Amino acid sequence: MDSFNKKRSYIIIGLMLLIVLIYLIRIFYLQVIDDYYKKSADENALRYITEHPARGLIYDRNDSLLVYNEPVYDLMIVPKELRSFDTMDLCRILDIDKETLLKRIEKARNYSPLIPSTFDQQMSKEDYGYLQEKLYKFPGFFVQSRTLRYYPEPIAAHVLGYVGEVNQEILENDSYYQLGDYIGISGIEKTYEQELRGIKGKRVVLVDVHNREKGSYRNGEEDVVAVAGTPLWSTLSLTLQRYGELLMTNKRGSIVAIEPATGEILCIVSTPSYDPNLLVGKNRGKNYSMLSQDKEKKPLYDRALQAMYPPGSTFKLANGLIGQEEGVINPSSVYGCSGGYNIGNHTIACHHSGPVNLIGAVKSSCNTYFCRAFYNIVSNKKKYKTVQQGYQAWKDHINALGFGKTFDTDLPFESKGIIPSVDYFNKLYNGRWNGNSIVSMGIGQGEAATTPLQMANLLAIIANRGYYIKPHIIRAIGTKDNYSDRFTEKIDAKISSQYYIPVIQGMEMAVLSGTAVSAQIPGIRVAGKTGTAQNPHGRDHSVFACFAPIEKPQIVVFVLIENGGWGSVVAAPIASLIMELYLTGEVKRKDLETNIIAMSLM
Amino acid sequence: MFIENRQKVSKGFDPLLIVIYIILVVVGWMAVFSSCYDPVSFVNIFDIGTAYGKQLIWIGTSVLIAIGILLIDARIYQNYSYHIYIFFLVLMLLVLIVGTEISGAKAWIKVGGFSIQPSEFMKMATALALAKFLNEGKTSSEKRNIWLLSFLIILIPILIVFLQRDTGSALVFFSFIILFYREGMSGRLFLYGAFAIFIFIFTLYFNEIYAIALLIFIFIVTTLISRTDKKKLIKNAFLLGLSIAFVFLVNIAYNHVFQPHQKQRIESMLGKTSDPKGADFNLNQSKIAIGSGGFFGKGYLNGTQTKFDFVPEQSTDFIFCSIGEEWGFIGSFVILSLYLALIIRIILLSERHRNPFVRYYGYGIAGIIFFHFIINIGMTIGLLPIIGIPLPFISYGGSSLWAFTSMLFIFIKLNDS
Repeated sequence: MDSFNKKRSYIIIGLMLLIVLIYLIRIFYLQVIDDYYKKSADENALRYITEHPARGLIYDRNDSLLVYNEPVYDLMIVPKELRSFDTMDLCRILDIDKETLLKRIEKARNYSPLIPSTFDQQMSKEDYGYLQEKLYKFPGFFVQSRTLRYYPEPIAAHVLGYVGEVNQEILENDSYYQLGDYIGISGIEKTYEQELRGIKGKRVVLVDVHNREKGSYRNGEEDVVAVAGTPLWSTLSLTLQRYGELLMTNKRGSIVAIEPATGEILCIVSTPSYDPNLLVGKNRGKNYSMLSQDKEKKPLYDRALQAMYPPGSTFKLANGLIGQEEGVINPSSVYGCSGGYNIGNHTIACHHSGPVNLIGAVKSSCNTYFCRAFYNIVSNKKKYKTVQQGYQAWKDHINALGFGKTFDTDLPFESKGIIPSVDYFNKLYNGRWNGNSIVSMGIGQGEAATTPLQMANLLAIIANRGYYIKPHIIRAIGTKDNYSDRFTEKIDAKISSQYYIPVIQGMEMAVLSGTAVSAQIPGIRVAGKTGTAQNPHGRDHSVFACFAPIEKPQIVVFVLIENGGWGSVVAAPIASLIMELYLTGEVKRKDLETNIIAMSLM
Repeated sequence: MFIENRQKVSKGFDPLLIVIYIILVVVGWMAVFSSCYDPVSFVNIFDIGTAYGKQLIWIGTSVLIAIGILLIDARIYQNYSYHIYIFFLVLMLLVLIVGTEISGAKAWIKVGGFSIQPSEFMKMATALALAKFLNEGKTSSEKRNIWLLSFLIILIPILIVFLQRDTGSALVFFSFIILFYREGMSGRLFLYGAFAIFIFIFTLYFNEIYAIALLIFIFIVTTLISRTDKKKLIKNAFLLGLSIAFVFLVNIAYNHVFQPHQKQRIESMLGKTSDPKGADFNLNQSKIAIGSGGFFGKGYLNGTQTKFDFVPEQSTDFIFCSIGEEWGFIGSFVILSLYLALIIRIILLSERHRNPFVRYYGYGIAGIIFFHFIINIGMTIGLLPIIGIPLPFISYGGSSLWAFTSMLFIFIKLNDS
């Protein structure tokens, strides 16, 4: 019996050995073979905290700050770490009632008792300072700082753009961004996102299971310091931009001023506009919906880049150039004008009459002259067999002059404008059409549509006598002198330089004694062209295009005032004031300035 | 050579057991220190406000207890076994009335600033009482009733522990089956037991329909093998009926008797549910801690998981995580080997001893220690459901350390007699 039972002791020991062996195999598997747990461990105890860098600053061309950052402070709460505290005291500091306080705690607790959530957003510096002193009294609360965009002056809202939280699509396509990150959504903020966003930093800290930080991991060996975003120097002139927006008070429309030799945009105004500070911070959402729901003013709409207007008489400049290049007109060729251009029984009226050459036609904005010139370009039987070929030749020219396409420059959301294709007219007229069918395009009416930026660029081509550099908004990245070489290419407008001379002469005469005398600036030779863009919805748009000084152009200005009537009434004086300020540094014609600012066209 | 040894009156206290004891206690203290150590608040190792400071007190008093036990005449333990058993039984009943509840179990009695858990001592007391009973029972003629009465000795503390809602400790009392097996209890009973456990797990993992289908399949197969024997057929049919009844019982027990957290633990062990941040949190954190240790471990005090409270109860029931993380597979291997060596040594010494009382007691405590460490480590590595019992000699806690120290040193003393 005893020896039989003694055998059982070996069975017992054997079974125990077996069980321990199974355990060892299991432990060996967990510890050595399977690396799932090692990875989990890293996620568990090390917290990778992303340090958000401040976005890059944006300066104007004269080093004045356009956009900067201000730190804001969020009060964070970790419900699990809450202990009893003086609720009244906290309520007083945050200026909330006890009910709100309890509601917020409850909300945070529902989200997660351990993960910090925002308790109070964007406290003022004063509140923060006061609270910081007393924070020890409120266990479970801590303050986290981040930066927000601020604008010293409420100008250039459209071109500067705004930032907002990344959406799901971006999150899925770009691993750089994480939920809650900010990204440029429009304007410079969007096109220069890469430069402005900086480099996110990383801090690795040990945390306990309650999310409490317990110091840096390996003394911060793996930490990466956040690098602030690269500062940008814009081509904008703060003073000019501010002045442009001032002149546009109570007017709907756009001003675009460009330095022709460089393509740098000096000011780009679209009104009605908004204070960019509205789209920042606490009330961003509320303000955004308020702005986007303003159907009457459409303040978010960037007219300078996106609005497509009939180009009006300023388009005659382009046709004058193309006509010469195509050989259908020359400076001495004279067309008679009997107060209109007849197409069958329809007449395009002209407010002037008598025979004119090109210079005179530009000066007096003769409809008859440019209708005839356009007809001759398109229906040039000697050169082109069909109207289609003729129109295509015109279209190629007009494209080369920057119309009917985007510049793909550093401004987002440009619109192309409309320069219809041959097919479009073939369909419209069942293939049977000639120059007269579309002759209204010769004077900037009809199907063609252009943006203020494209029109300003045409002026730059004329001022440069034959080429343009893509209009752009940023001149230097990183440091003030580190000029970006992205926009240095001179793009040939495919019009021989001698053809610009009569056009410019006509423009100068228009200012001196023609349609544009209201654009004169004492002591400066100005070339200008008025326009009146027909508006089927109401009063015509007032348009003016000009540059100065003629001998060495430094600025081109295009102004469009919706429902402003004749170009010479509103648009021309505005353009002239802009040029005066830019070229002389001050505006002497205070009366004109006051009148313009006071003028309401809305 | 053995005979010579045995014939000596005193062969001295077994040095191997004492050395293993010392190693385990020291390793235990180091692990407790590591899992609670916070450089910011660290004052010194005697800081009474910390677990490691308190554990030093428990270790110090345990040494005193051990010395005391070794000084007392060995016969006292044998003669007063029943008294000790009754004493702790009464203490346990007292706990039910005036006890303090800690994490759901009303198993603690407050003495001064400290809490004592009588059920820890009850295991040792039961082992003594059982040893005494078996020792006397062997000499009496009523062998039939021995097993029943021995079961009763175990069953009473089990019932009280259950009433204290301390399921883990109750399970440990089943470790005495090792003793019973050694002392001649039918091996068939163990087979039935193993089969019952298998059916239990099978029923919970699949469902009662599959379980019954399996039982019928087994019945048909066995019947086909021995179809001629009519008597066996009836017996098998009876067993089948019994098994099917058992399946239903399991089902009913599982759905109506078990607490939700117990069900959760069983289901998570069976791999039926996974909820790493919720119910499986402990287990998952525990596996992450051990798994991240690798072969050589992260080094002492370099663990990241077993600090900062990632693993709950990391200084008590989940202390093995700390060892696994910081000492790696090497450390785990050494600890398991030490336990195995301790238990096998106790069994071998028990077998060699002339006095059957010592053998009974030895097997009793070998079973208890084995169950404790197998259940404890098994739960940390996800092989067993989470059952809150301490790792002998290592886990933080006064009652546990005192009880296991007493248990072991009484054996060392008895072995020397």
